[in-house]
Amino acid sequence: MSTFDNISFKRPKTGIGSARLAGAGLLILLGGFSIVGPVVIPSDPAAQDFGASLAPIGGDYLLGADHYGRSLVARLAHGARLSFAMAFLTMLAAALPGVLLGLLAAWKGGWTERLLEFVATVVLALPGLMLVLLLLAFAPGNYGPLFLGLALTLWVEFYRVTKTTTRTVLAQPHIEAARMLGFGSRYIFVHYVLPVIGPMIATLSAFAMATAIIAVSTLSAISVGLQPPTPELGSMIVELLPYYAEAPMHVLLPATLIFLLVLGLQLLAQGDRA
Amino acid sequence: MKKFFFARLLQAAVVAIVVGALCFVLMRVLPGDAAMRIAAGRYGPDARIAEAAEKVRLELGLDRPIAVQFIDWLGSLARFDLGHSLVTGRAVAHELQVQLGASVWLAAAALLLSLLIGPIVGLFGGLKPGGVADRVGLMGAVTFRAIPPFVMGLILMLVFSRQLGWLPPAGFGSPREILLPALTLALGLAAMSSRVTRNAVAAVARAPYFAFARYKGLSEPVVVRRHGLRNAAIPVVSYLGLQAIYLIEGVVVVESLFAYPGIGHALVHAIVERDIPMVQGTALMMGLMFVAIGAAVDLVTLWLDPRMRRTA
Repeated sequence: MSTFDNISFKRPKTGIGSARLAGAGLLILLGGFSIVGPVVIPSDPAAQDFGASLAPIGGDYLLGADHYGRSLVARLAHGARLSFAMAFLTMLAAALPGVLLGLLAAWKGGWTERLLEFVATVVLALPGLMLVLLLLAFAPGNYGPLFLGLALTLWVEFYRVTKTTTRTVLAQPHIEAARMLGFGSRYIFVHYVLPVIGPMIATLSAFAMATAIIAVSTLSAISVGLQPPTPELGSMIVELLPYYAEAPMHVLLPATLIFLLVLGLQLLAQGDRA
Repeated sequence: MKKFFFARLLQAAVVAIVVGALCFVLMRVLPGDAAMRIAAGRYGPDARIAEAAEKVRLELGLDRPIAVQFIDWLGSLARFDLGHSLVTGRAVAHELQVQLGASVWLAAAALLLSLLIGPIVGLFGGLKPGGVADRVGLMGAVTFRAIPPFVMGLILMLVFSRQLGWLPPAGFGSPREILLPALTLALGLAAMSSRVTRNAVAAVARAPYFAFARYKGLSEPVVVRRHGLRNAAIPVVSYLGLQAIYLIEGVVVVESLFAYPGIGHALVHAIVERDIPMVQGTALMMGLMFVAIGAAVDLVTLWLDPRMRRTA
């Protein structure tokens, strides 16, 4: 939950840099794998076949099988879909309230803002993962607290950026001119505020998704997140680790998948400003 | 100076209240009778459990109204009375003493290693933006930042313990055991701080006073040492405040991974075992460690940048 830190307030350079393009390409490939994969691949990610335990890559199983003989390609596809879905939902659950409350605070100011600022300060007093861990203590291994905790820590960034930027935009003379010409708040929002905060929120969203993917896989790997037999990439790594000597590639596959997911999102988010 | 101090003090209070409140709610909402659970944890679930549970209920005052219990809960937190572990039965404060030391060593080693790697890579990149060192540094930073700490830890473990056999994969006691977990965190931290350093150095190198120092005939190392380092260090140090988040979160993860007996490891265990006093104690300690790092960063920034003293 610390990946946001190098967001600059400059608008991204016009045109798509090569890094951004690479990130987008990577995400399209992985997204395709995670959406099409579970539909196309016939094998069940939970179906066991002990005869095929740790089957090598390229044999009967396309990417081999794990220690229970479960098809790795199916598990990877389902794991990628789970990661994407969790990340996307978390991002939405953080971005919607964050942006709306940020706009509200910038628009209203006064007590509304002070109250929201206070809530944000309370949330930020602890490192994000600690809050998620504390919520996870209510029900380890469940989606609910994991999702709630992540959204609870991630909305603050959306709120802060939206509020500060909107405030700056609203204070500028051309907004005053627009107001005096009789344009309503709705018009001002759509034509002046949205074009400025839009790209920033897109950047933040990609970062939030990367953060969520890292957090979910990390927590599952240290056995407080999602529990086996859920095909979660982080727990797959830990499950397969004891068999590293026999099947090193099997351990590296889910790890590579997480790496590529996060890399794609980060490249897309920051482009050449890395 | 005073302003910073009060802000951190306030933050510490907020940490204590958030952790305390969450753990209090946790204690009440978990299914089953709290007294029964504590008794089972302490004495084992045997035939006389109901009797033991009654004793626990009286001892801990679990029969009083919720509001009274909550105030009592926060009060004992303020007195640093953290209660007893539901699993081992020993005082939480006692368990924390040992673990805190281990975690502080790990965090300090990680921070030190990251400062040895990140800023030096960044310095060479920033002195010649666009050069080979800059581009290699960028590639490294992008790659390392996309690797979650637990994956990084596993890779290091596989390379240095399994393949090369240089370092132990887990454990605690000697500096050899601290090296791998610290390196895991340091690489992640350095990936971020190297880019901040690079930008800070590039900004300083473009500054007029830097050019002037050259014009008056100072040699390159002297220019960098006398006019570059301190100015470039300011953003790098204040960035450490943000990195404290990564560090604390990383300590939790890496300790669990390397079976390193620190507070993060204890926190994860306490969550799995639902040992709420331990969850509270460990989360509180991690939170306070976060505040302490922030306060230290404030102090160093004040020392580095005298302009801050006037405004503070």
